[in-house]
Amino acid sequence: MPEIVVLSGKGGTGKTSLTAAFAHLMHNGIVCDLDVDAPDLHILLAPQVQQEHAFISGVEARIAREHCTYCGRCEVMCRFEAIHQQGNNLAVNPLRCEGCGVCHVVCPSNAISLTQKHCGQWYESSSRFGPMVHAQLFPGEENSGRLVSVLKQQARETAKKNALDLILCDGSPGIGCPVISSLSGAHLAVLVVEPTPSGQHDFLRVADLCDHFHIPASIIINKADLNLAIAAAIENLCTERGYAVAGKLPFNMDITTAMIAKQAITETASPLGAMVVDAWENILIQLKNGARKRTLPL
Amino acid sequence: MRIAIASGKGGAGKTTVSASLAQVWNTPAILVDADVEAPNLHLFCAPAITSSTSTFLEVPILDATACTQCGTCREVCRFMAFAKLGKTISLFPEMCHGCGGCIALCPEKALAPGQRLLGTLECGTAMGGKHAFLMGRSRIGEAMTPPQLRALQKKLELLLAQSKTTAQPYTDALIDAPPGVSCPAMTVAQEADIILLVVEPTPFGIHDFTLAHRAFLPLQKPIAVVMNRAGIPGNAGDMELAAYCQQQGLPILGLLPFSQEIAGHYAQGGIAATCSSTWEKHFTHLRDTLQAFAAKELANA
Repeated sequence: MPEIVVLSGKGGTGKTSLTAAFAHLMHNGIVCDLDVDAPDLHILLAPQVQQEHAFISGVEARIAREHCTYCGRCEVMCRFEAIHQQGNNLAVNPLRCEGCGVCHVVCPSNAISLTQKHCGQWYESSSRFGPMVHAQLFPGEENSGRLVSVLKQQARETAKKNALDLILCDGSPGIGCPVISSLSGAHLAVLVVEPTPSGQHDFLRVADLCDHFHIPASIIINKADLNLAIAAAIENLCTERGYAVAGKLPFNMDITTAMIAKQAITETASPLGAMVVDAWENILIQLKNGARKRTLPL
Repeated sequence: MRIAIASGKGGAGKTTVSASLAQVWNTPAILVDADVEAPNLHLFCAPAITSSTSTFLEVPILDATACTQCGTCREVCRFMAFAKLGKTISLFPEMCHGCGGCIALCPEKALAPGQRLLGTLECGTAMGGKHAFLMGRSRIGEAMTPPQLRALQKKLELLLAQSKTTAQPYTDALIDAPPGVSCPAMTVAQEADIILLVVEPTPFGIHDFTLAHRAFLPLQKPIAVVMNRAGIPGNAGDMELAAYCQQQGLPILGLLPFSQEIAGHYAQGGIAATCSSTWEKHFTHLRDTLQAFAAKELANA
């Protein structure tokens, strides 16, 4: 089952707006919002939730005062500075607790228990563009990488069960845990880059990450006319590294207007729509041809 | 005063606001780029880097000759860094969170402390020596961002403490925070004195801002808002955002108008506050309202 993940490094380059358009253009696939801590795709796709699930992951330590002898062993052993004196007691700061359970293992009086954490909700839904899986990590919660894996697993199962032929994923910004998790098993990364100093800088980092995991990349230069020199430098880099450029889109407020109207750009009369159609066709060709695998050293 | 400039949504204008506030800040400050996965502040404030150090996480090294395959490490580790493959224990150090449990508890002393490279910390001065500069950069392929952020925060505290004994101590830290509302953003927000949320009043921007607000609220820190890209034609989001802020008692300290001119200026690597005298005024106003807000909140605290 082919899987496409849309990434960018820098936030706000147009990942979600383009993913919504691709979801519109896709004929027989499932769309998956892997930006689990700040998901936005549902705003455009207005999915009908069919099944809701709790996301339980990781543990949090709690100290039972009645059993604690204040020996301080947990405080010494905790590498995350999560256990500290609170008045005459020892207490766990849940914001710092990593859930490693070392305190629980070393406590000589069995005063520390580990409770499972309910970190968010995830959903199997239907949308006007087909089935969708998405989630909401509770604000401030952890384990986003694991939630990304859960969503991908569900997308694969749903795709298999319904004989779908594509999994399209909207990723999160950055290059850390949720992004790495979203690249696991992906066949093609679509990198949306804007030609600004920061867009170029962060694009390079996410491109390096794709190379690191040998995931082929296809590039969309969005807002391409904002800085023609940087846009040209990005194109040169793509040639050097063997990334295909699937499309170049001009800076155009129609993307924002469509977002405000909660539509995909391809559902509007905007001239950008036709360009996005072309870019999507290029992406599908690259996917089919098995875009060249990269094995560049870092 | 440590001011975290955060947003929820990526691309809302955190770096634009951070660099512009640095430009107009009227006392020496430390500029901190805490968006270690995608750091951009250095692209705008021309730092002169004087030191660069690597950061590491302590992870175990397995001495297979001493290992008796007792399985204690596998039982202790909650992050699947150990697996039994055939009859031997295999170690996957990239899964390790650095809790140290396996090393402390291995009865055969077969696990010793080793290191995994997290990234680098770079220090120097910025904006012609006006401010100090500190940035973190995570290694490509490193999944865990919070340990790198904790190393960055330790360095920041060290720099602040050292500067106290100098003739011109740094009064403030302006911290460009990571996007999102999970561990990276929380790690930065919980060590700040003030949180300034940069919000774009679009459907995506407002949605992610409300998530960020809900995430940061339990920290019980003073939170304020700056609205970026206000006045997009046909957008009702400005009113919606203002109503939410009023209802939640969040002060809106500044309004930065939507402007194609500023998008072009940014694309050339320019700092918004230097685009024109009007834009400079937007940021001196934001600086003044932010400083007044901070003074009032910290006096109450």
